[in-house]
Amino acid sequence: MRTLTRLGVMAACLLAPLAARSGDGPAIGIDNFTFAPGTLTIAPGTEVTWTNHDDIPHSIVVTGTSIRSKALDTDQTFAWRFDQAGTFTYICGLHPQMHGQIVVK
Amino acid sequence: MTPDDPTTTPRRNFLKCMTWAGSAMVWTVAGGIPRAHIVGQAEAAATGFTFAQVSDSHLGFDKPVNTDVTGTFQAALTQVTGAAVKPSFLIHTGDITHLSKPAQFDDAARLLGATGLDVHTVPGEHDILEDDRKSYLNHYGKGTRGDGWYSFDQQGIHFIGLVNVVNLQGNGLGDLGPEQLEWLERDLKGRSASTPIVVFAHVPLWIVNQDWGWGTSDGAQALGYLKRFGSVTVLNGHIHQVMQKVEGHVAFHTARSTAFPQGVPGVAKGPGPMMVPAGALRTYLGTTKVSLVTPGAPLAIVDTPLMG
Repeated sequence: MRTLTRLGVMAACLLAPLAARSGDGPAIGIDNFTFAPGTLTIAPGTEVTWTNHDDIPHSIVVTGTSIRSKALDTDQTFAWRFDQAGTFTYICGLHPQMHGQIVVK
Repeated sequence: MTPDDPTTTPRRNFLKCMTWAGSAMVWTVAGGIPRAHIVGQAEAAATGFTFAQVSDSHLGFDKPVNTDVTGTFQAALTQVTGAAVKPSFLIHTGDITHLSKPAQFDDAARLLGATGLDVHTVPGEHDILEDDRKSYLNHYGKGTRGDGWYSFDQQGIHFIGLVNVVNLQGNGLGDLGPEQLEWLERDLKGRSASTPIVVFAHVPLWIVNQDWGWGTSDGAQALGYLKRFGSVTVLNGHIHQVMQKVEGHVAFHTARSTAFPQGVPGVAKGPGPMMVPAGALRTYLGTTKVSLVTPGAPLAIVDTPLMG
């Protein structure tokens, strides 16, 4: 957990400038069939924005929930506010080998 | 020797696979011994029954690797209809559209309709992105079951269109699912083992590259139902490049895209579109022709690039 927290802090620091540009909260990029950062730690009530930078569409499907984006074409975004604490894993609905994780605490 | 004896009849139906090389390089498996020789493209289609395969037209794609996918799809269809022997019908192995948009399906209908050929399709994952994953079925679902699977017979060959892009599993591989597998088992039951079988689906039924999701998780189960048949040809798309292998009586073959090439496993960083030198794009795109040269003889598969 300590490692996760540290990663989360690192991610938050790294993402701060991006987040400032895109608005409300931290950003997750999709490049070359990979979510980056792969794990993001946020406080409850934080909105996360995914942006697809690939030439191929991707989508966000949060496992065990009804959270599901439409297919995101190049440069399209999907935002979701996580209010409940917990660890949420998500995949790309088109390429489920792509995994990511949101830790809300 | 009886017609239904799978231990003796495969020789009749054995497969020929051809890879492209302007004219075609052919390798024939007969009596278990592969042999290669060069033929002109017309040879395979000179007699008998021929059908064509196109794949991964991705209508609506507009990225720098190919800003005119409509043009290259049209060129592919012109190549098909302009062949010395017009094919009996056309198979499209999915990713007809890039984003399942109505205008993209409309373009597909217009271009495919203009060929004057009967068209048999299966969906790719790009064709089920809208309408609660029913976008493909709204256009091509008539006469199919489940998510769009079906079979038909022509020229003594049994054709089976399978859907392996719905309910993708966490490993990223394609998936047929129990309902479709049960249907397949029933569909094959009672058929003579000497009946040539052609199976077509979007994602390869065999595992090409697991890390990239290039394979079908329960494909082996489907192939288990097919193993008693003397001649099985499996045609796929999805990976935008020609790959083939032979396993027992089963020939696996993937077709080129008509839109853009994708990276080669083990070479490229990921499975996305691959930029190629300007002017070379059409050497990476193409169509596939499958022929029953003479009744009872092997099926011949010829891949032809749009250029070169």
